[in-house]
Amino acid sequence: MQKIGVFVCHCGTNIAATVDVKAVAEALGREPSVVVSQDYTYMCSESGQNLIKDSIRDYGLTGVVICSCSPRMHENTFRKAAAQAGLNPYMVEIANIREQCSWIHKDKAEATEKAIILGRAAIAKVQLNTPLIAGESSVTKRALVIGGGIAGIQTALDIAEAGFPVDIVEQKPTIGGKMAQLDKTFPTLDCSACILTPKMVECAQNENIRILSYSEVESVSGFVGNFTVKIRRKARYVDETKCTGCGLCTEKCPVKKVPNEFNLGMDNRRAIYIPFAQAVPKIAVIDADYCNMLKNGKCGVCSKVCTAGAVDYKQTDTFVEEKYGAIVAATGYEISDVSRYDEYAYSQSKDVITSLEFERLTNAAGPTGGTLLRPSDGKHPHTIVFIQCVGSRCTPEKGKPYCSKICCMYTAKHAMLTREKYPDTDVYVFYIDVRTPGKNFDEFYRRAVEEFGVHYIKGAVGKVAPRADGTLEVQASDLIMNEQLHISADLVVLAAAIEPSKSARSLATLLTASMDTNDFFTEAHPKLRPVESPTAGVFLSGMCQGPKDIPETVSQASACAAKVIGLLSKNKLTGNPCVAHSDELMCNGCSNCANVCPYGAITYSDKEFRMPDRTTKTRRVAWVNPAVCQGCGACTVACPSGAMDLSGFSNSQIMAEVDAICK
Amino acid sequence: MQVKEATGFVPTIVAFCCNWCSYAGADLSGTNRLSYPANVKIIRVPCSCRVNPIFFLRAFQRGADGVILCGCHPGDCHYTTGNYYTRRRMTLLFSMLDYLGIERNRTRVEWVSAAEGQKFAETMRSFAEEIAALGPNRRLADLRCRKDAEEAGITDERGSGDAV
Repeated sequence: MQKIGVFVCHCGTNIAATVDVKAVAEALGREPSVVVSQDYTYMCSESGQNLIKDSIRDYGLTGVVICSCSPRMHENTFRKAAAQAGLNPYMVEIANIREQCSWIHKDKAEATEKAIILGRAAIAKVQLNTPLIAGESSVTKRALVIGGGIAGIQTALDIAEAGFPVDIVEQKPTIGGKMAQLDKTFPTLDCSACILTPKMVECAQNENIRILSYSEVESVSGFVGNFTVKIRRKARYVDETKCTGCGLCTEKCPVKKVPNEFNLGMDNRRAIYIPFAQAVPKIAVIDADYCNMLKNGKCGVCSKVCTAGAVDYKQTDTFVEEKYGAIVAATGYEISDVSRYDEYAYSQSKDVITSLEFERLTNAAGPTGGTLLRPSDGKHPHTIVFIQCVGSRCTPEKGKPYCSKICCMYTAKHAMLTREKYPDTDVYVFYIDVRTPGKNFDEFYRRAVEEFGVHYIKGAVGKVAPRADGTLEVQASDLIMNEQLHISADLVVLAAAIEPSKSARSLATLLTASMDTNDFFTEAHPKLRPVESPTAGVFLSGMCQGPKDIPETVSQASACAAKVIGLLSKNKLTGNPCVAHSDELMCNGCSNCANVCPYGAITYSDKEFRMPDRTTKTRRVAWVNPAVCQGCGACTVACPSGAMDLSGFSNSQIMAEVDAICK
Repeated sequence: MQVKEATGFVPTIVAFCCNWCSYAGADLSGTNRLSYPANVKIIRVPCSCRVNPIFFLRAFQRGADGVILCGCHPGDCHYTTGNYYTRRRMTLLFSMLDYLGIERNRTRVEWVSAAEGQKFAETMRSFAEEIAALGPNRRLADLRCRKDAEEAGITDERGSGDAV
């Protein structure tokens, strides 16, 4: 038999003005099991809490009901007070008689009656409460960062600086990501490589950071603080420990016509290659799709010229398994496919390029050595048309519904730099809106227009038609002048929509992290927890969460690192005790619960049961990992045998509340 | 301002609200002093997917006249997918209740976010009016569960053969 104490709060006049608190305390005092029922002006005040604590000690209370404001306000306050008086904090229930009663009703008699019913429901529930103890689990003090772009690099560096070991898994042969491909960065115009490469080198030199390049996450198991991750290290056919990165093999390799992905296929590399000069790690890798030796066993030139003896044609994929306390997704973005937009003739003309290709064409390490030349004939373009929002801000059928955020600024940068370097070039930018929120962003855009004379035209491009003379006819409308334009362009640059990395979706499945409809990772709270995923222990860094520029990416990466450091600094993690649990005797192992669990908290094991005839029988039963379960209760409803129940919100507790309300 | 008909019928309405969106929405309507009928009583659940269809039946058995379930908007569930399960389960439950001859309007699922205090109050108002217009729930109410059945003038209709 429970001994329940009821405490009715006046909340000054917030409750007392419309609810007769004395009548409520008196009525609830007559409920079965209630041994004490009192009212007080402010229960949350220190004297109010002392009243509760004293009553718990004096009457030996086993359950407490507080009729006050919303549990979202003071549930923790009262739970702590109960714990201080030696009562399990989960033996406290709150009847919300302020937000959901006194504040919305004017008739005192009605409000008082409702407050009594809500109090009764809370009493009915607390009768069935059981003391709950939050479980503890250990924390593996090592972090995994998936993705080695600027987001992953910054997160890893910050975590490493706090003294925790970090592994970076990068699917490409080098870290650096998209930022390594950029030429200049807006709005300061500093050289992208010059600010990125020192950070890449720092990663390589930091003793707390291990770079697993040319690797992919194969599987993830475990839960916050205790993840086990299997990583596939793809065969490079070059021994990482021996290769010195001298590059001799990449000069001697006879296979010369392999599209160079670093320059987006605009020039060629060899079958054995180092992605770019500042690659980290600077280790050669053999492209198995093109290597003659790997394809038909005839060649072996690289092996012969390698003085370090690093080439190993027999290398195979290997697997690394490691434990981590936290996982950071920093998978970045890709440029969406613009060839689907026939009107822009991307697949018909070499002179229609994406902005990232333009970036490579103006980069000193790019295919043209930094001179802006048309990809088709290598001539200097005299008229360049930039088209904004290609695939962004579209209907879902046509493209992405969101704004890609960075295009307005990088196009202003491209236009400005072109006019600066080649003043004889006419530059047109077709836009829907120019969006420049950010420090020094609008000043930058206005410089492009006012100082550099870039022609900004509000309007849409209807068609880009390649002509026989090699020029491109751009048919567009100028919405402000209300006229049709026909521009003869030498080069058309498309600001293609950015989209999440193709690998992000499968990674989200491995991590049980959720994604939005555009395949960006979802945050735990859009405003208050922007760098955490709803899955405990999984954090988000950079573009994988949504479009952002470099400064935002770096800030988010550091914020993410702070959250990871906070987690790894703990020795023990306290869980939420209101989690599901399965009654092994009733469970029939059907997997319905595991199928609906969004966290993968439910596993199965064979268990031996003793039968009445003293034989044993092995049955498959569910087990809920309390450290992973977040307590949503989806499984409790899915369970056909009623074996699954949720502590704190059990079937019997909710039904007792229903009964009390309907009485 | 309970909704009363001339007969003095005050319906009993149970509202299940998920902790993260709708319960917070209900709190917000309180903070903004947006009134709704006092005969709506809220039960807090962690997620709308915690609500077993049995809870609806239990409420009706115990004499509730209307039951409403509120959760986060689809796609906004704190637990990612909980309200999708809710949506499917409740669709099934409601079609079953329909089949049993229980008025469809006695049950409802609404998505109310933590920011929609106004919507919460409006929803509760319209639901309470609808239930008041429907009159008492007699088909599913179990008279054995009601001490005051006779006083309230509720008689058992189920033997009378009008269940079709």
